[in-house]
Amino acid sequence: MPPLLFYLLALITLGFGLMVVTGRNPVTCALSLAASFVGLATLFLSLDAYFIGIIQILVYAGAVMVLFLFIIMLLDIKAEEGKQMNLPAIISGVLLAVLLTLQIIAVVSSTAMAKQSTQSAPLELAAAAEKIGNAALLPTITNDLKTGTLPDIKLIGFTLFDQYGFHLQVIGLLLLVGTVGVVVLSKREKGGAA
Amino acid sequence: MITLGHYLVVSGMLFALGLAGVIARRNILIVYMCLEMMLSAANLALVGFSRFHLVNGLPDYTAQSLVFFTITVAAAEVAVGLAIIVALFRTKQSVDVESVTKLQG
Repeated sequence: MPPLLFYLLALITLGFGLMVVTGRNPVTCALSLAASFVGLATLFLSLDAYFIGIIQILVYAGAVMVLFLFIIMLLDIKAEEGKQMNLPAIISGVLLAVLLTLQIIAVVSSTAMAKQSTQSAPLELAAAAEKIGNAALLPTITNDLKTGTLPDIKLIGFTLFDQYGFHLQVIGLLLLVGTVGVVVLSKREKGGAA
Repeated sequence: MITLGHYLVVSGMLFALGLAGVIARRNILIVYMCLEMMLSAANLALVGFSRFHLVNGLPDYTAQSLVFFTITVAAAEVAVGLAIIVALFRTKQSVDVESVTKLQG
């Protein structure tokens, strides 16, 4: 991808991320977080992860942020004004963040794998079609690879259901337990003495 | 030329931002948003590694399956966490983390 586009998207992601951390009004923070997630989703798209990019927007920017905004407005939380800042916490937070960033930059700059780019390591769709075509994969995946398109969702679906079918069911159970848990949590409080 | 290192640094900076928010902020809802940001930053690193660990000339879809699971768990976690925050608000009438000091002894 063009370097300028990458830097623009990284700026959107990190800039709105900074607004989440520094914002006074919770509604501003929530909307900034949604914008930051959209920037992150486009970064996923630039890494040829189309399915992950789409569900990032659908689940995070859609469902999760609506839930956050709903709770903020339900509880009617005002912007924190006039409160004195917690100076030691702010100093330690900024210090830790800077230290962590410097460490990650140091590690990344000394790793050989991190020097790969989408130009130096392109996807080899035609070669993949030949290699996979012999294995017992779905014919639709091989056909897509032969025409030069990346069947992203089909490959993720194949991986999920072929290798991680059990885990997928455990995740389904987790969502069910989560739903029941939320109902129980909200109901007991409402009943009070009951 | 944009390399994997660029993506990893962006991911690390996003994680560091989230960490700073979790430590410095006192509004429990914003602390929670920063937690979500840290989870997504980890997802960016995973997707980056997945793209550059080529298996048969294709991205490594095991990593992207892990990202799928992470996003699902994060969604469930947000639902439960927000229910807990609402319950907390009903008893304390506040979303300040410093109003919850019962376990401090």
